[in-house]
Amino acid sequence: MSHRRILFCAGTGCISSGALKTRDALVSELEKRGIRDQYEVVLSGCHGFCEQGPLLIVHPEDTFYCGVQPEDMAELIDEYLLNGRVVERLLYKDPVTGERTSDHMKIGFYAKQKRLVLHNCGVIDPENINEYIGTKGYEALKAALKMERTAIIDEVKRSGLRGRGGAGFPTGMKWEFTFKTPGDKKYIVCNADEGDPGAFMDRSVLEGDPHAVLEGMIIAGYAIGADEGYVYVRAEYPLAVKRLRIAITQAEEFGFLGSNIMGTGFNFKINIKEGAGAFVCGEETALLASIEGERGMPRPRPPFPAISGLWGKPTCLNNVETFANIPLIIREGADSFASVGTERSKGTKIFALTGKINNTGLAEVPMGMTMREIIFDIGGGIRDGKQFKAVQIGGPSGGCLPAELLDLPIDYDSLTQAGAMMGSGGLVVMDENTCMVDLARYFLTFTQNESCGKCTPCREGTKRMLEALERITEGKGESGDIPMLEELANSIKDSSLCGLGQTAPNPILSTLRYFRHEYEEHILEGKCSAGVCRNLVTYHIDAEKCTGCRACTRVCPVEAITGDKKQPHEINIQVCIKCGACMEKCKFDAVILK
Amino acid sequence: MSQVNLTINGIPVQAKAGMTILEAAKTVGIDIPTFCHDPELAKVGACRICVVEVAGARNLPAACTVPVAEGMVIQTETERVRAARKTILNLIWANHPQDCLVCEKTGSCKLQDYSYRYGVSGSIYKGQKKEIPFDDTNPFFFRDLNKCILCGKCVRKCHDINGVGAVDFMWRGFKTMVTTPFDVPIEESSCVFCGMCVDVCPVGALTPKQGLGQGRSFEVDKVFTTCPYCGCGCTLYLNVKNDKIVGVTPNFEGPINGHLCVKGRFGWDFVDSPDRLKTPLIKKGGQFVEAGWDEALDLVAEKFKEVRAQYGADALGGFSSARCTNEDNYLFQKLLRVLGTNNVDHCARL
Amino acid sequence: MASLATAFGSGAMTNTIGEIEEADTIFVMGSNTTENHPVIGYRIKRAVRKGAKLIVADPRAIELCEYADVFLQLRPGTNEALLNGLAHVVIRDGLTDEEFIKERTEGYEELKAALEKYTPEYVSEITGVPAADIEKAAHLYAKAKAASFLYTMGVTQHTSGTNNVFTIANLAMLTGNLGKRGAGVNPLRGQNNVQGACDMGALPVVFTGYQPVTNDEARAKFEKAWGVPLSGKPGLTATEMVNAAGKKQLRALYIMGENPMVSDADINHAFHCLDSLDFLVVQDIFMTETAKIADVVLPAVTFAEKEGTFVNTERRVQKVNQAVKPRGQARADWEIIRDIANRLGFDWKYKKAEDVFNEIRQLTPSYAGITYGRLGVTGVHWPCPTEDHPGTPILHVGKFSRGLGKFTPIEYTPPAEEPDEEYPFTLTTGRILYHYHTGTMTRRSKGLGEIHKEEYMEINPADAEALGVAECDMVKVTSRRGEVKTKVKITDRVPKGVVFMTFHFSETAVNLLTNTACCPTAKIPELKVCTVRLEKA
Repeated sequence: MSHRRILFCAGTGCISSGALKTRDALVSELEKRGIRDQYEVVLSGCHGFCEQGPLLIVHPEDTFYCGVQPEDMAELIDEYLLNGRVVERLLYKDPVTGERTSDHMKIGFYAKQKRLVLHNCGVIDPENINEYIGTKGYEALKAALKMERTAIIDEVKRSGLRGRGGAGFPTGMKWEFTFKTPGDKKYIVCNADEGDPGAFMDRSVLEGDPHAVLEGMIIAGYAIGADEGYVYVRAEYPLAVKRLRIAITQAEEFGFLGSNIMGTGFNFKINIKEGAGAFVCGEETALLASIEGERGMPRPRPPFPAISGLWGKPTCLNNVETFANIPLIIREGADSFASVGTERSKGTKIFALTGKINNTGLAEVPMGMTMREIIFDIGGGIRDGKQFKAVQIGGPSGGCLPAELLDLPIDYDSLTQAGAMMGSGGLVVMDENTCMVDLARYFLTFTQNESCGKCTPCREGTKRMLEALERITEGKGESGDIPMLEELANSIKDSSLCGLGQTAPNPILSTLRYFRHEYEEHILEGKCSAGVCRNLVTYHIDAEKCTGCRACTRVCPVEAITGDKKQPHEINIQVCIKCGACMEKCKFDAVILK
Repeated sequence: MSQVNLTINGIPVQAKAGMTILEAAKTVGIDIPTFCHDPELAKVGACRICVVEVAGARNLPAACTVPVAEGMVIQTETERVRAARKTILNLIWANHPQDCLVCEKTGSCKLQDYSYRYGVSGSIYKGQKKEIPFDDTNPFFFRDLNKCILCGKCVRKCHDINGVGAVDFMWRGFKTMVTTPFDVPIEESSCVFCGMCVDVCPVGALTPKQGLGQGRSFEVDKVFTTCPYCGCGCTLYLNVKNDKIVGVTPNFEGPINGHLCVKGRFGWDFVDSPDRLKTPLIKKGGQFVEAGWDEALDLVAEKFKEVRAQYGADALGGFSSARCTNEDNYLFQKLLRVLGTNNVDHCARL
Repeated sequence: MASLATAFGSGAMTNTIGEIEEADTIFVMGSNTTENHPVIGYRIKRAVRKGAKLIVADPRAIELCEYADVFLQLRPGTNEALLNGLAHVVIRDGLTDEEFIKERTEGYEELKAALEKYTPEYVSEITGVPAADIEKAAHLYAKAKAASFLYTMGVTQHTSGTNNVFTIANLAMLTGNLGKRGAGVNPLRGQNNVQGACDMGALPVVFTGYQPVTNDEARAKFEKAWGVPLSGKPGLTATEMVNAAGKKQLRALYIMGENPMVSDADINHAFHCLDSLDFLVVQDIFMTETAKIADVVLPAVTFAEKEGTFVNTERRVQKVNQAVKPRGQARADWEIIRDIANRLGFDWKYKKAEDVFNEIRQLTPSYAGITYGRLGVTGVHWPCPTEDHPGTPILHVGKFSRGLGKFTPIEYTPPAEEPDEEYPFTLTTGRILYHYHTGTMTRRSKGLGEIHKEEYMEINPADAEALGVAECDMVKVTSRRGEVKTKVKITDRVPKGVVFMTFHFSETAVNLLTNTACCPTAKIPELKVCTVRLEKA
């Protein structure tokens, strides 16, 4: 076979699981064989299937290998590249059926996705603008520059695109407000301060298809009359920053950015501002404060940024994924875009699947898909065959939804109604071994630590809620704690300054709504059914299962286990420190939690 | 500027467009509590004690930041509003020392005032409290950050009104505190001790060292006067109790200042310096000897007469003072001139 | 003062402090505003934050430089050259306000001719300021809708002090920056009532309200009011009185609330002179260095123990009220003066400060409309001729007090002393934030005394290194007149070759060093420039 293209996924996930070393190994093996020039080895953006990384795809036939390590490369060359024999052991193996496949579109994870925003991710080299242009890149910009500004805004409005950063505000309306606000200077700001634990879709888009974001921003700038833009991106995303910088430079070289863009007289420049990693800086007004060099703390709205934003100028602020949708809308048309999705939520949404799920990674799906499809068809179901218990949607500000709602079609409104929110699209899946009170405690720890400290309800209130949850999970809960939590949570929701404060109680409110019995069980019965809250569980040995092998006594660090050889043992719960070592060691599942 | 019509607590109100709910309410005598609001400062809506109910709004917006709009229907003291305010007071109290009996701020403390107004005593919440060491290192004021309710007025005054920006928020969440960059002692920061922070602190977190324990705000007489230092002419109130100055309050309505500088704010205690001259002194044999007024003034008059008689009026001269009042200066030059000389000047040139 | 009176007909701040925030450009020269007029400093910084442009001209890199668009770090004593340079650029680049010049001024052509040679390049040679910065500053000042010029002693305490002020007046008139909001020529007065003392005629040539003693009509009015014949011969200035005392021409001196033994230039000389007096009476609140050499010391009260009025730097007459009883046997200054007068055979019947003020009103047209009752908590700006007149915050609106504004061509003259081999450093003096004047009050305030206890002479790091001195080391500073020892503070605030000291500390009295050379018109000694030699002590 002659000239072929080998794509390595070089998203942050695959790089950390060794993609670059594997690529180096491949290159050096090719060189050894003197056939380096017959192969184009390309680093692409993220494929989304991080669970299986490092990933490798061979074009033109599209053979999909996963978990590829440097030591596999010699075999891959000799068997597959040179002799066409697929290396079976490196193919994806379905966790349920055990079948292997070389066609990634047959993998459940990919089959149900609709990769519109991610269409370039994992396909092109993000550091090469020509590859972007090769997939219709910057065509939307060319088209837009020939349109009336209001026509662009109308197109975006008609598409029904809503902000992908959280609250789902209609993007076209935001643009229109900013357009209509008089001002000699306006700004476009791209929010790439992805702060939700477990969310990484913005990072992947920036790493995999940075030009799409730039193109969206430039179109927005032209439409609203801005000549300058900022990308506010976390400093913890060095690869995204690097690729953005490369993309900006290349776009400038190609005349898509800078002065007199494509000869139209339109000027637009884009700056990168690296954020220092405060969760609150994802909140738009705090983000603007941070760009201005102030401490990242939210400002009251109104005035909204569209009226008075960056340095007091009208500012249009959208999230990465929102901007990445723009070229698509302009290129393919609002109608085409709006044909996907639900009545009030159009297009696709990228979700980050994490937690106790088989296929962790990024999945782009049409709005309106049910949670069940996402978790079980795309996500491959729950790990280790355990039971699904709940899913936390929308990060720390979102809510926890139970199994009963698995068939809920996901869009902005259905989620809000159910007590969660779209947020940035993080999906953390919990199995039967998750304690929902402990989970709420976890999220409250996060929101309390990340509360900017400005407004009283959020700063002080989340602390008191957190303390109550800590008490409950430590078995010191009191009967008044649940009503106190509910009252305080509602008060914080009612009176906090910014969106983060107003949504900070969501994990508590949603777990109280769907899993109230777990709170009651902790407080009234001193029990944690999931066996998570250490103060509420005791370790016991099932005399019937114990063989008296003594394995547990050897690992117990405090000599809490006694018993004669070959006789059932016992744990002295007064001495036991609940480290769980015995349970892990026991081959007969004789150590149990009560 | 255009007018908008709205109702507050059922009262029809006409307000200027752009006014906040708080400002509009004030025009009809409705008081909404505030901690973080200051008319001179940017509106931040941080403390949330001013939340009100606006018909149609999902949440309770802060009256200090939300502008009035045509047809707005506002309620400032509903159960829901009062409950939210009580929650906020409870949250503040849960993290605030309860030492009002000895707190210097008692009587002029907003936390006390609003606790009284909403019947909140102590907190229904229990848990951790801040434990920040008491700071008395600088010569002018105490910083008890455990009493700080983080309204941020000191930060905004320091940045926006003074311009030195010596303090700002540090840390996040429950650990949030107002302090200097890297928490260095305040006297090592860019602080110029103008005392604006002390004057706007709504609670007892910042209190002047002078006058400590010498008089509650309601016990002192406030005497309006003009600062004796530079030519800015800031006006201020001397706080007096039992014929003793115990403090200074700026004239917030003053056209020049509103605030003072370190000298005007903290530099008044020379008045009761033990070095003050208390009696006339006459030098006898190279030593000063205490004298009565009559003796001293007779001597002065006699000497002036003598010199004038012997050497003429122009052998007399006087330095008047740029630190004395107009009345003092007027009589001083009049005295020299009626004695027959124009030899009168003062240190305008220094 | 003298120059403003010549140029505009009135020598006071033309606009108000509040208006500073309305200026588009603020030009601060020879004023360390944030330390010496802190609340005006707040305003300047606030104005800059709101978008105003700031030009700072000072030999030292003062705090305001951090906010400045242009910082003109001129050599001490070269103010008039710098301002001539700016005026040159304004004319050269056609930035003049032609209508203002035509309608409201005279002497433009003479000025224009005189400014010909002050090209940015020439001025740069004199001042050490880059030519480009001179041009930038001129444009920022001239193109502003309203530009406010603020200055203090850094402009006036020079042998060329009066001329410096003329050059400011010239620049302001060229650009039409007078008689409108946010603009003006604004000398910031250094002391609480220096404006009032001048208004009250505590000057050798004028009665109250600047009515000249040489004017027969004015004298007749005062003779009538006071019931005695008055001298029409101009009196001596303070500096001249000190010298006259040394020559035994002046025999008895009455000093009220001043401390020339610390504040005057060349203290050794001052001591010698004052010591020659037959009789010295000092009236003060503390035993000052000057009181120590007096024959009689009279205890006066502080501001807190008396009633009266002060006039601030923007001509606002404000009330001083008694808050506490006089300490010990101390008495109000005006009471003491009254009692002396009565012992000298006059019959002064003033019972309260207001009686005095009412007499002032009757004799002073610009104060005629001001009453104690009107002052309230905001005061009234003079001129205020009648009781229904609102006062005059802005002077020279539509018309100068003297009619037409007068341009005065000024040539650069170097300071009286310039560095040489023997005295290679230029010493400039001033105040710091925490202390006031000779420190009699501030050093007796616990907090102020504690936070800044002693003198630290500012010296550039390069000079410090050359001298081999480290932070807080002692140096001996010697001028042609005397020497002092002081600790040093090594800082970039001063340029190479320039050192800075305050006059707050009598134990390191900088005025042992300073030069009595005076501005010939205003008789202000050149406290801002003298040359010294430094040695490690």
